[in-house]
Amino acid sequence: MAYSDKVLDHYNAPRNVGALPKDDATVGTGLVGAPECGDVMKLQVKVNPATGVIDDAKFKTFGCGSAIASSSLATEWLKGKTLEQALEIKNSAIAEELSLPPVKIHCSVLAEDAIKAAIEDYKRKQAEGNANGKGTAAAAGEKAATA
Amino acid sequence: MLKFPIYMDNHATTPVDPRVLEAMLPFFTERFGNAASRNHAFGWQAEEAVETGRKQIADLIGASAKEIVITSGATESDNLAIKGVAEMYREKGNHIITVVTEHKAVLDTCKRLEKHGFEVTYLRVRRDGLIDLDDLKRAITDKTILVTVMMVNNEVGVIQPIAEIGRIARDRGVVFHTDAVQGAGKIPFDVNGFNVDLASLSAHKMYGPKGVGALYVRRKNPRVLVAPIIDGGGHERGMRSGTLNVPGIVGFGKAAEICRQEMAVESVRIRALRDRLNAGLHANLDEIHVNGSLEHRVPNNLNVSFAYVEGESLLMGISDVAVSSGSACTSASLEPSYVLKALGTGDDLAHSSIRFGLGRFNTEEEVDHVVRRVTEVVTRLREMSPLYDLAKEGVDLKKVEWQK
Repeated sequence: MAYSDKVLDHYNAPRNVGALPKDDATVGTGLVGAPECGDVMKLQVKVNPATGVIDDAKFKTFGCGSAIASSSLATEWLKGKTLEQALEIKNSAIAEELSLPPVKIHCSVLAEDAIKAAIEDYKRKQAEGNANGKGTAAAAGEKAATA
Repeated sequence: MLKFPIYMDNHATTPVDPRVLEAMLPFFTERFGNAASRNHAFGWQAEEAVETGRKQIADLIGASAKEIVITSGATESDNLAIKGVAEMYREKGNHIITVVTEHKAVLDTCKRLEKHGFEVTYLRVRRDGLIDLDDLKRAITDKTILVTVMMVNNEVGVIQPIAEIGRIARDRGVVFHTDAVQGAGKIPFDVNGFNVDLASLSAHKMYGPKGVGALYVRRKNPRVLVAPIIDGGGHERGMRSGTLNVPGIVGFGKAAEICRQEMAVESVRIRALRDRLNAGLHANLDEIHVNGSLEHRVPNNLNVSFAYVEGESLLMGISDVAVSSGSACTSASLEPSYVLKALGTGDDLAHSSIRFGLGRFNTEEEVDHVVRRVTEVVTRLREMSPLYDLAKEGVDLKKVEWQK
């Protein structure tokens, strides 16, 4: 199978590989996919609670080149976006940007799922933190990271 | 000097040996006759060349030339053997025994026969990839007309106990077919010593040309009959009609002759390369698993899973090396290798598997390069693998509830 130049570029020089502290209340972690399906993505966002803007995003992916490229691209797009804008990122846009062939569309779907899961985790932590009266919570995070 | 890309996928196909090509060339031009033309020199020349090739192929497996039916390749040979026996022995019974790890040419042929009233038993394999002979003995009934078990698996390279299977089938009066594509020319194969009745062979897996194969059909002790699947001019004693591929057969014969003459020396050399590859990978990387028995394996195969790294992304990283993967992403079906699954390799490790197929033209220098490249890429991909992180944290990946 021939890969598009953009997939190759992200595969060879992935952006934002790494991890953010998952216990940090301003960090949301999404872990989606399954090893037996051949794809697992961990995507993390660090949000400025005051502005609701994503300051930083990191990923780690087990999967094919298209899965790596989809998550790499997702982290690039996430930085500087508000949570609302981030939730508007659709898999079709990722697939189009990377010129993914039909058999690789699921990679972009997984990236969209990872974005949603990370933001959900962040919101849950914030809600729990508020409920605990601390403003920001330190507890959450565990579920996604060990999910 | 290394030449790129390095070819290490010799189970898929092999390059034509220059000596084979040289033998073939005249049969495209000056000696282009049809081997079935009985009344002029062009035909006689072609027929003589075909008979020489047939003898060379027969000699590789201890058969006689009359027992070699030329086909277009091993897929056709498998079809002819299985469908041919099914039709010819229908009166005797309707039961066929095969193995879950067979090539699709065997499995899909059996599946088609199931639609036509045949019953098929698919024997399981053990963790090492081999069948349990007691399972085979138990599976044979008075309705069994055929046992078909491959000699060497095309993915993991394990060698089935063909001689023992042949003995069991012979004792029970059941025809025994083996798809010997990955074994013939690589390891000793004697159809009489192993009690094989039918054997599929392919030229392009032994440094011959693509588009030509053979089916060995036993002529005595006992005589085995197969009904043709291609009808026409009655070529190949009525078992396979169609004008013979003369240059292909000449090349196949030459390739078989070279394998027979050089096997003893070549297999030692290739085994040393394989062992060097295996040792190099194990020295540099942790958490790697050889799939299937290393002991009962052809010298040229190594099938390894690199845990926490997905196979296709690994292939992408070692783009200057041609190998193949059992990962779903490299198949059209999006399912990981059914062979590895049958061995009990989890789907996760099946996705992480790479098949190295060494061959006649590989060198030590190439092996060393491959070890270096695979080490680099696996290390890089593990650094970006969430699974590797979790495993290092001590999380049992099998117990995690994944969000599929």
